[in-house]
Amino acid sequence: MTRCIEIQALSKKYRIGKLQYDMSLREQLVEFAKDPFKRHGREDDTIWALRDVSFQADVGEVVGIIGRNGAGKSTLLKILSKITYPTSGSVRVRGRIASLLEVGTGFHDELTGRENVYLNGSILGMRKREVDKHFDAIVDFSGVEQFIDTPIKRYSSGMRLRLGFAVAAHLDPDVLIVDEVLAVGDAGFQKKCINAMDGLRSSGRTVFFVSHNLAAVENLCSRGLWIDSGRIRMDAPAKEVIVSYMGSFAGDQPEGSELSETQDRLGSGEIRYTRMEYLNPDGTPCALVRSGEAVVLRFHYHAEKTIRDPGFGFRLFSDMGTLITETSHRLNGILIPKVEPGDGYIDVEIDSLNVVPGQYQFSLWITGAGGAPVYDGDVRARLEVAVTDVYKSGRMLDSRHGLVYFPQRWTVAHA
Amino acid sequence: MSKAHLLSGEIESRQVAMQVRRSSRTEHQSHLMESVIAVEQPERVRADQDYSKLGTIRELWDYRELFYFLAWRDMKVRYKQTVLGVLWAIIQPVFTMVIFTVVFGHMANISSEGVPRPIFYFSALLPWIYFSSTLNSAGLSLVSNSGLLTKIYFPRIILPAAAALGGLVDFLIGSVLLVGFIIYYDLRVGWNLLLWPALLVPLVLLAFSLGSFLAALNVKYRDVKYAIPFGIQLLLFMTPIIYPSSVFPERFQWLLALNPLSGLIEAFRYALVPSYKVHWDVLALSLAVTAGLFVFAMVYFKRTEKAFADIV
Repeated sequence: MTRCIEIQALSKKYRIGKLQYDMSLREQLVEFAKDPFKRHGREDDTIWALRDVSFQADVGEVVGIIGRNGAGKSTLLKILSKITYPTSGSVRVRGRIASLLEVGTGFHDELTGRENVYLNGSILGMRKREVDKHFDAIVDFSGVEQFIDTPIKRYSSGMRLRLGFAVAAHLDPDVLIVDEVLAVGDAGFQKKCINAMDGLRSSGRTVFFVSHNLAAVENLCSRGLWIDSGRIRMDAPAKEVIVSYMGSFAGDQPEGSELSETQDRLGSGEIRYTRMEYLNPDGTPCALVRSGEAVVLRFHYHAEKTIRDPGFGFRLFSDMGTLITETSHRLNGILIPKVEPGDGYIDVEIDSLNVVPGQYQFSLWITGAGGAPVYDGDVRARLEVAVTDVYKSGRMLDSRHGLVYFPQRWTVAHA
Repeated sequence: MSKAHLLSGEIESRQVAMQVRRSSRTEHQSHLMESVIAVEQPERVRADQDYSKLGTIRELWDYRELFYFLAWRDMKVRYKQTVLGVLWAIIQPVFTMVIFTVVFGHMANISSEGVPRPIFYFSALLPWIYFSSTLNSAGLSLVSNSGLLTKIYFPRIILPAAAALGGLVDFLIGSVLLVGFIIYYDLRVGWNLLLWPALLVPLVLLAFSLGSFLAALNVKYRDVKYAIPFGIQLLLFMTPIIYPSSVFPERFQWLLALNPLSGLIEAFRYALVPSYKVHWDVLALSLAVTAGLFVFAMVYFKRTEKAFADIV
């Protein structure tokens, strides 16, 4: 394997807040006259966006960079693309780099689609003859051929995006640096992006890829780099890094939700949900709820008085507000004759949580017999479902695959 | 059923597209020599990097197409959605010339050293308009292209340089008009006419140097944006445009020469009118000041450019 990128002890310091505006313009002019090349500024109010980052990548590696917002991912990509310079350390890159930190960089509203293809291609480092050669393919890929001679200020944002991506897809670099382009665009667009990057990978190019779309990172990348507070926290096969990274969110979803203080809930309040917990089948707290795995939902309640024939149930919504399922013990043929005053809980065992990874919301309710009266209703609790390899194929599910999945077996027969 | 069928068809066509791309790379192999060269000499980004002069110039050569495209974009965009379009390149100097001739020539009766007044003003206005518009567009070039600065790498000096190149078109169009003037006024131009294009070199260099310096400064201090139009307005009166430099007493000529534009503008007049009196020592000083400004501006730009993307 040939070494393609070598990064040594890279650090980047940013000055935050005011930019030496505490000096008056007069003082600055005096300073400037004394020594026009001196660097001014003080050491305080600085933040280390990257601290002592070192790693190497070989030709043909596809490296996914993950981390929370502000961890330093974009700074790293910007240094790799030579847009910004490190405070200390060094980067060595072999070959032609193309960076795609945005789709359609440098597009000018007044120019036509055709003119922008040439301009954008040139900005991304393509030669004019390369653009000439790929022009028809680019236009074809973008699907805007009808409007190619229209100024792009008349384009919809989707058309712009497609045109920009069409140019980028015909880049032919040795090293491609991609930042979060998947965050924009519809599912079809994202699929196109992923296919194009997959093509680069299979033709042996080195790719650096930042995304919050962990499934895409999992699918595309051979290696994962987890950056946390400016440092490399983990550098391992992508899948392992993602699992650890997801695990680090456990603190954000502390095995359940306190519900006593929930606002905007409905109902008369004779009985209320107080807490919701996620447990493993063995009864231990479940730090990470995974797609396709077993989980126990434990609903704690507090009753003010004896409630006869209550009904406990919940609805599960996607983060877009789509109702995925509504269920209750009655629906399962289980009846609860009465609940004594005081605290108690109800367990719901789920053998396989058949939703794709993502954010979900519970809306819990307690009613009397036949749906009335409503004692407690629309109590919201958050559920974050983490990525797992539900199909045991190494391919991860995400929102592009819908909301739910069915455990299944495929057989291929030749007739 | 039909949907699944459609989907598989879609995937197939994508795979075909991928294959086409891959094979196009192999047949592309010959022109990929440049990246092979790059492989032997790894590119580096270092905190303590000191670019060798040669490396910088070679890099500029690599980015020449982007330079042309940016200049081309500026030109294209300038007259888009205008009714008169490129006519503006003529209207601006011609109308200014007419006003100057009437106001400064006939009303204020400022000397033109015997040169027909339209020629006197027009020959100074063409370089002046190039200079002032380039100073403005180059000075703002970094900030107005901040979207590019923060998203893509290229030698930053290309932006003010493209602005300096783009402004030349207007100058060339104006120069064509000048031919009409020469014929109309039956000017006896000789070899000195060759000075007209030759003087363009120091003029472009001067506008580019000052423009790049102001552009770099503007990234940090937005005051520059307001200072430029103001400075241009003052400079119009501090340069022998509406008056000949001969209105100054001989012993103050050097003061005028400190403004490198003075010697250049007077020399542009000389290029059309051989009898026009030029202080060659003033021109020499103008050229020296221009060269000095160029070196200063490039060094300043180079020193500050690493931080552009962080503060723009």
